[in-house]
Amino acid sequence: MIRLDDLINHTSEWLKGTGPYSSIVMSSRIRLARNFEKLPFPNKAAKKVLADIIETVQAAINELPLFKDAALFKISELDNVDRQFLVERHLMSHEHASHPEGKGLVISKEEVVSVMINEEDHLRIQVMQSGLNLFETWKIISSFDDALAQKINFAFLPEWGYLTACPTNTGTGMRGSVMLHLPALVMTKQINKVLAAISKLSFTSRGFYGEGTQASGNFFQISNQVSLGHSEDEIMQNIDGIIRQVIEQEEQARQALLLQNRPMLEDKICRSYGVLRNAHIISSQETAELLSMVRLGIDVGVVKDVDKATMNELFIMIQPAHLQKIEGKKLSAPERDEKRAKLIRSKLEKPQGR
Amino acid sequence: MQCDICGNKKATVHLTEIVDEQMSELHLCEDCAREKSVQMEQQFGLADLLAGLTDFGKQAKDVDKVKTKCTNCGLTYEDFRKLGRLGCGECYSSFREYLTALLKKIHGSNQHFGKVPAHIPVQQKEKIDTLQDLRTQLQRAIHNESFEEAARLRDKIHELEKKGDIPS
Repeated sequence: MIRLDDLINHTSEWLKGTGPYSSIVMSSRIRLARNFEKLPFPNKAAKKVLADIIETVQAAINELPLFKDAALFKISELDNVDRQFLVERHLMSHEHASHPEGKGLVISKEEVVSVMINEEDHLRIQVMQSGLNLFETWKIISSFDDALAQKINFAFLPEWGYLTACPTNTGTGMRGSVMLHLPALVMTKQINKVLAAISKLSFTSRGFYGEGTQASGNFFQISNQVSLGHSEDEIMQNIDGIIRQVIEQEEQARQALLLQNRPMLEDKICRSYGVLRNAHIISSQETAELLSMVRLGIDVGVVKDVDKATMNELFIMIQPAHLQKIEGKKLSAPERDEKRAKLIRSKLEKPQGR
Repeated sequence: MQCDICGNKKATVHLTEIVDEQMSELHLCEDCAREKSVQMEQQFGLADLLAGLTDFGKQAKDVDKVKTKCTNCGLTYEDFRKLGRLGCGECYSSFREYLTALLKKIHGSNQHFGKVPAHIPVQQKEKIDTLQDLRTQLQRAIHNESFEEAARLRDKIHELEKKGDIPS
């Protein structure tokens, strides 16, 4: 059984910086919304019903090999820092953390699969993988979904598919998202054009730190909007096709920057690296911007003595709840800026000694 | 060919739309197409969609509609309009009439394709498979501009969709 405090010492599978196109694609994520037949959706269900659902899901999951050594949390039993910590790791939503009553969370080993219980829907299953890997991700989540369907009758109508609390998720109940690192498109000011084109194709984009956040560190998450009328495979093909085009645009922009103004780019990257290695006080916003530059530096071969996984991991570790878990106590904002700088220095001084 | 909207510039964007049996074609120049797509985006934004539900209430027959109650969880259609969330899976059957239009508006489709859970009977799975096949053929027919074939396939799909083997 994983304890929450053990997670801090592990790098999540999706942060490993491996997989196809991992220089531009941080991660691929698929989530499925599923509900129990007949039972009221979480926002209408009584406490007893919610508790029963958590129990049923736990029992169903316990028998699966994938969930050997899984962790189950009742969100209301966690303190604020722990809840925030799980949100920062992309294991659950802000919504789940801010209304904790009757809600649960299951996390598989290596944080590959997580299941929010009683969020907007009874089950929100999520699988994340490193790199552009939607089809592999789908295999994992679909077989888990099949295994659950052996034990739980999901709400379903032949013509409308899986039934969800919000009609925008009806059908496959599937949302596929790919997190892209697009610093060159931002620097060459082409990003808005790209994002506008994406939104015309019924796809949405949002920032690294979740729904409703501004793009930070030049990360953009692109997802499908439509879930009814296309099979899961079609949805993935569509996302994959769009992502490949965006990757090509980013690659071209990177080449253009290198060709036209290599010294400027190298200067920007190396200064960013310098600040990260030497700062004693640093905000999360500044950190995200500088990490983005160094990550780009690794991709284009300017920075050679640190690996991408370390960068990816830092994006997660520098967040408030993570810093507080590492220090094992509550920290004020100025204290966090100091601890953040210290953490970054230690990670970048000894890149091999992790 | 000139643009259908401004009548000035050359039409380079061609839209074919089939809405409720009626096929319409629209030929636009790039500028007008861009304007049109902005309009469409505004029209089909999610917030507008959910807010747009309120407009339905202005029609007289909708007094019945807002009072319609889910037989399983007791949620009324009016509750749904306010919350934007349904109460349980059975709500979909209870509000079938109204949700048909809404789902079409949100997703541009009214028919599920893709996974079917284990507990659904085999006949229904087969029906979903057949529908998926027919729809793929329909797309191909439209793509090849074989509109007679497309119309035939469309009718066949409608017929199959209406067959009452849907649990409610």
